[in-house]
Amino acid sequence: MLSVLHAVFVAPFVDMATAPTFLAEVLIGGIAAGLMYSLVALGFVLIFKASGVFNFAQGVMVLFAALTLVGLMEKGLHVVVALLATVVVMIALAFGIERVVLRPLVNQAPIILFMATIGLNFFLEGLGEMLWGANVKRLDVGIPDESVKLAGILINKLEMSAAATAAVLVAVLAVFFQRTRIGRALRAVADDHEAALSIGIPLKTIWVVVWAVAGLVAIATGVMWGAKSGVQFSLSLIALKALPVLILGGFTSVPGAIVGGLIIGTGEKLGEVYWGPLVGGAIENWFAYVLALVFLVFRPQGLFGERIIERV
Amino acid sequence: MIYREAGQFKTTYASDQAIFPVVQDRWVVAALLVAAFVVPTALASDYWLQAILIPFLIYALAALGLNILTGYAGQLSLGTGGFMAVGGYAAFKLTSVFPGVNILIIFLAAGLFAAAVGLAFGLPSLRIKGFYLAVATLAAQFFLIWLFNKVAWFSNYAPSGTITAPPRTVFGLMVTGPQATPEARYVVALGLAVVFALVAKNLVRGRVGRSWMAIRDRDIAAEIIGVRPLRTKLLAFGISSFYCGVAGAAYVFLYLGSAETLAFDINLSFLVLFMVIIGGLGSILGSFLGAAFIVMVPIFLTNAPHALGVSLPVALLKQIELMIFGGLILFFLIVEPHGLARLWQITKEKLRLWPFPH
Amino acid sequence: MSGRTPLLEVDGISVRFGAVQALERVSLSIGRGEVAAIIGPNGAGKTTLLNVISGFYHPYEGHIRFEGKDRTHLKPYDVAALGIARTFQNVALFKGMSVLDNIMTGRLLKMKGSFLLEALYWGPAQRQELEHRAFVERIIDFLEIQAIRKTPAGQLPYGLQKRVELARALAAEPTLLLLDEPMAGMNVEEKEDMCRFVLGVNDEFGTTIALIEHDMSVVMDISDHVVTLDYGRKIADGTPDEVRANPAVIDAYLGLAHA
Repeated sequence: MLSVLHAVFVAPFVDMATAPTFLAEVLIGGIAAGLMYSLVALGFVLIFKASGVFNFAQGVMVLFAALTLVGLMEKGLHVVVALLATVVVMIALAFGIERVVLRPLVNQAPIILFMATIGLNFFLEGLGEMLWGANVKRLDVGIPDESVKLAGILINKLEMSAAATAAVLVAVLAVFFQRTRIGRALRAVADDHEAALSIGIPLKTIWVVVWAVAGLVAIATGVMWGAKSGVQFSLSLIALKALPVLILGGFTSVPGAIVGGLIIGTGEKLGEVYWGPLVGGAIENWFAYVLALVFLVFRPQGLFGERIIERV
Repeated sequence: MIYREAGQFKTTYASDQAIFPVVQDRWVVAALLVAAFVVPTALASDYWLQAILIPFLIYALAALGLNILTGYAGQLSLGTGGFMAVGGYAAFKLTSVFPGVNILIIFLAAGLFAAAVGLAFGLPSLRIKGFYLAVATLAAQFFLIWLFNKVAWFSNYAPSGTITAPPRTVFGLMVTGPQATPEARYVVALGLAVVFALVAKNLVRGRVGRSWMAIRDRDIAAEIIGVRPLRTKLLAFGISSFYCGVAGAAYVFLYLGSAETLAFDINLSFLVLFMVIIGGLGSILGSFLGAAFIVMVPIFLTNAPHALGVSLPVALLKQIELMIFGGLILFFLIVEPHGLARLWQITKEKLRLWPFPH
Repeated sequence: MSGRTPLLEVDGISVRFGAVQALERVSLSIGRGEVAAIIGPNGAGKTTLLNVISGFYHPYEGHIRFEGKDRTHLKPYDVAALGIARTFQNVALFKGMSVLDNIMTGRLLKMKGSFLLEALYWGPAQRQELEHRAFVERIIDFLEIQAIRKTPAGQLPYGLQKRVELARALAAEPTLLLLDEPMAGMNVEEKEDMCRFVLGVNDEFGTTIALIEHDMSVVMDISDHVVTLDYGRKIADGTPDEVRANPAVIDAYLGLAHA
């Protein structure tokens, strides 16, 4: 009994303290992974903030974007051209989604829209695989996947550039929502579709804009993830990982997506490295969800989410 | 003209509240039940039994469970696979420890274990609603699968963690294991499905069903008229997980024969959710219709190109299947959110008037 | 009012939502068998008051006494168990259920439950179900809604929805019935019907009634006792005639500035 308590509450911290450079590397790895999660969560937050729809298909959009980019590059297009073409594709996709999914379901209960995005998820998965094939693809963005020692700590160049890009994206989007007119309109739409329509906000345009922006974020995310681990089907499972991030950070907060992602990323890595061996490893599969669950019980709206005051 | 209710007056509340108030319905359903027990057992090929009818019944059972939780009580759950896994593994362990106990009792006991797990994961539902609850059920899904993978005790230390249904008999007839005939397994599955459907119908048309639907439709108003939300939601989680647990046990013992945790992964949760959405949320009949539909689509897709003389690679078929599933979900949500069950209801109403237009 | 303990005593209740003071030290009492009206301009806190009595919000100061006992911090379902039923401003019917089922949900507190027996249905569960069905049918007759019993509640016109909501509240056999704008959005005939029903409930079953209402003629006609709220405070309390002549009440409705 005592040895179990020791193993859980004492030994891991001792391990951390006695090998600080290793700890730093684990943390950095966690932060890098966390930022990746944040990017996916960001896509969710954008769409939710602006249309009140919980887009389950965000992960698949990441996959689809990455697949399209790599597919076009494999056909011989230069990376920049392929990137532009992918942007066009994602914008077209946004138009399509607005027309086929959002417009017919305007003002349905959120749960119906959520389930529609699940349907969209499967549809895009099938389509993407059909168009570009299901095998793993390499994505070369010109940044070497090698590590550099900085102050004695091993840092991966690719991960760092990904983190930097993510940080920039997040800052831009945060400003966009808070300061611009369009940002305000988006927030109005997320609050109440009908009310927004009645004051003249062009709902359809807004939705296309938002889903297109989310599509662009998906491209960025897809590139980051794809460069790191190759473009493959499991990319879409990342979407599921973004859910705990959203829970921690709140569904409507851009900074929340970041903080949530960081917490989940580092928490997962630390958990796996220092506590994982105790139970046979692979706790990354569920750790994030259980963490989110525990969090939810104490703070149902997440760290940054708005407290919902229910009226009768 | 044929399907007429004229002259069928209900003189007691009891007859008004019967499951099949229209007399013609009662006869048809009775005939169908008899046919269901007799016809496939005598006539159907092994392929039909093994690949279509048995999985249909078992998926219908799971869909009933999920429908109770999500369709009637309004609690979205993505953990169906996990709860089915509890049922499957519990049944396996129980029958290996108590080989003499009737396998049907084992199934029910496995259901109870699943119910207990369901209750535990349902506890947060008082504080957590909607999508957040869905994520909590995802936690259940991933954690349970990991648990059954990691802890070899559950699969009796089998290599690769596979559990295999041992041979068991009911009233002398071999119903599980390699010697069990598809007919025997079919009859057991059918029996389970009929009994559980009846129980579900009884629950949803009475006090419990009403309190579930009240929570689903307007949980605050429900609370103000006296419904106790935690108790009601927990009951939904418990009963739903019980159904999923029994379905999981049947999944391994009557259909697959042997399984590993992969059989119960998140895709199964989505599959059952699709059955419930397409079949109709909040409908007992819908659970069956949805299950039938989902079972038939891949069969149709595999056989249709063949019948048309076109041959398509397997991977492409899988992709088309995904696209069709996704497309159908969207179609139903847009056109008829209440699913096939509602379409069936509309058909019956038109039948009542036929051949008159209104 | 008689010298007995009033049925409901609201004593110095204050409720705040963030920076908004919804109710400020509101006190009133309602006697058994009374029809009390709560009036006031929009935003005065009338629905909030009902919500506090229902147990949905809890005041940060003050007490609520029902039948003499302190009930300030009960949960809504416990309040319902005390014999307090209500209707809602925005008609909170269960849209997915038929009218009959909606009213039957009002009987939930009276139904002893064992889901195992109900799984079996035939036997004690069915008997209980039919007993309650008989009771609910009497309410359906009383409110003249027989024709729509099987209609899904979401498909009904507004006026009928309000009547069904009243039926659901009555199904609980309440001692105190709280009605939040029961006549809102109705035409003259519908209002007359509703008044007839409300008075009928009060006369035949002795149910105490507290209603929020904007239509002054209704208020004057059917209430024994009128309480006026404005900006979360009580500004008048008395018989209809007293309140009608009260200058503070007239000012409130005309929207003149308040301290």
